[in-house]
Amino acid sequence: MNNFFDLKLVELGRWIEAFFADFPSLKLVVHLLLCTLPLALSFMGAFAFTTWLERKGLARIQNRPGPNRVGIFGLLQPIADGIKMLIKEDIVPERSDKLFHFLAPIMLMIPALIGVGFLPLGDGLHALPLDSAIIFFFAISSLNTIAVFMAGWSSRNKYSLLGGMRAVAQMISYEIPLVLSAVAVIMIAGSLNAQEVVASQQISSWVGSGNILQEFFGRILGWNVFKPWGFAGFIFFFVAALAEANRSPFDLPEADSEIIAGHLTEYSGFKYAIFFMGEYISAFAIAGIGVTLFLGGWNGPVFSGLPWFVLKLFSLFAVMIWIRGTLPRLRVDQLMGYAWKFLFPLAILNIFLAGFYHFIERQWGTAIAMLAGWILGFGALQLAATALSRLNQSPIMRSKRVYQLVE
Amino acid sequence: MSLLAKGILKGMAVTAKNFFQSYYRKERLPTVQYPEEKSTITPFTRNFPFLLYDGDDAVDGMRCTACTLCERACPPQCIYIIKDKDEKGKPILRPRIFDIDTSVCMSCQLCVEVCPYEAIRMDSAFELSNENRFEGLLINRGDLLKSNDYYHALNPVEARETDDRIAAKNALAEAKKKARQKKTRLAAAKAKRPPSRLKKSPPAREKPPQPEKSE
Ligand code: SF4
Ligand code: SF4
Repeated sequence: MNNFFDLKLVELGRWIEAFFADFPSLKLVVHLLLCTLPLALSFMGAFAFTTWLERKGLARIQNRPGPNRVGIFGLLQPIADGIKMLIKEDIVPERSDKLFHFLAPIMLMIPALIGVGFLPLGDGLHALPLDSAIIFFFAISSLNTIAVFMAGWSSRNKYSLLGGMRAVAQMISYEIPLVLSAVAVIMIAGSLNAQEVVASQQISSWVGSGNILQEFFGRILGWNVFKPWGFAGFIFFFVAALAEANRSPFDLPEADSEIIAGHLTEYSGFKYAIFFMGEYISAFAIAGIGVTLFLGGWNGPVFSGLPWFVLKLFSLFAVMIWIRGTLPRLRVDQLMGYAWKFLFPLAILNIFLAGFYHFIERQWGTAIAMLAGWILGFGALQLAATALSRLNQSPIMRSKRVYQLVE
Repeated sequence: MSLLAKGILKGMAVTAKNFFQSYYRKERLPTVQYPEEKSTITPFTRNFPFLLYDGDDAVDGMRCTACTLCERACPPQCIYIIKDKDEKGKPILRPRIFDIDTSVCMSCQLCVEVCPYEAIRMDSAFELSNENRFEGLLINRGDLLKSNDYYHALNPVEARETDDRIAAKNALAEAKKKARQKKTRLAAAKAKRPPSRLKKSPPAREKPPQPEKSE
């Protein structure tokens, strides 16, 4: 009953494959298509829906109604936008590097879609069930950087190049806290397999017990966010993920008030649409891995499986939109300083805290570990954070400033 | 650090408040969906001038005397006036052509300020777009003329003030005319009297009446 949706979907896949049982080679092709095509299509659909969600949400935050002309509540607006993008002229700068200018959006799109394949969407719904899925995911998703820099470099435009440079600096810097905060989870789960990481986030003794209340909470309270190191790790991960996905307040590569649209400046028409889609899907992928690592993946009460994953993914994205509607863009030096001087040491500290937590739990039980973790562990993190922000403060200017033009 | 976190949380609370209140509070969603609904027009809205006439006939009751003051005052020079003439070529005090170019008018209301005959006022109609971008945007005399009732509906307070002003002006003119008539009558009476009586009469306060030449 619990994994109803997932089981039905898997059954549907088996049923379709059964038609091709006599042709093994054809069956393989069908199997591959069944693994990949629905995934790619549904994430493209999710992209379209998210653009609508984002525009609506931002509009409401700014006290506007947002798109409301095409379809009810403007729900068909993404389709109208897509058609508009399709029939627009595709302008390529005359002296650009045409090949790389053409390849960059594709280069962004492919790793994004592969990254999505590593996400465990539900029990058994897993396009690429590798044993090292998580490390593979981080490896693939860092290809984004190359695509963005390709776009920036090949456009032969100063703004594009600046955007590309910023993107490289930012994405490489933030990858480190991103992966380091994931390390704590991998360490505790003891596996790089995404399904196992998800499975580790249940309180297994409660889930099988048959008690309704324990069944219900066993699937929630086991999530890593509810553990002290997981909570801190989730915050670090989320901040780094915002920067990885070029989302506000870390959208420096496309800072439109400074450098037009950064690496997107010279893109138009369909290539722009692909670029846009690639960025959203990689944001989805990163949010998805965040859900997998910290928010319990597809675990959830009543009907665990795909619906919960989708719900969590969209909630996380809604928070991203909310942040975009709230926070102003960072300065470049603040951005880099934040990654290297603040997130990076804290993420390392968090790994140690997770280790201590693990041993205390094994020695004295969960309750004491929780207590120690929330009080001592958070105290240590708070102390470190305060110390770091003190250290990072710019030196106080002691001499009085002299204005030469004013007497 | 905690300062930063507090600031971020505060900002997030503000945006969340704006987001949710936009669903149930009118002042958080002030957008007016224009073609379907129109925003309220106050009596003081002004967009484009129109000409006023009294009575029923637009041409006869026209207040404008084609003095061209507004034509000369208009900063972007979008008013075009040609005076009317009767069949004999004698000028009549009204415009034969009175055009205003909507695409040029900048709604400054100077024409209204300058008109001595209260003949031109600002209208609040704003949907002036047209399919023909040459003749369509040039509003001519026939379309500019609106009755005084229209003005009353548009801006009752100002319309009443204008009416009062015109009435006062008319009354003044009437009084002057009467006074003049009296004087001419007096002068005529004086002329009939014998000159000997003239010396005895007390000195007149006003100047001795002169025969009217102008009328
Ligand atoms: S509208 Fe007024 S100012 Fe303009 S020509 Fe007529 S009377 Fe003169
Ligand atoms: S409102 Fe101003 S611009 Fe328009 S016709 Fe009158 S004087 Fe000219």
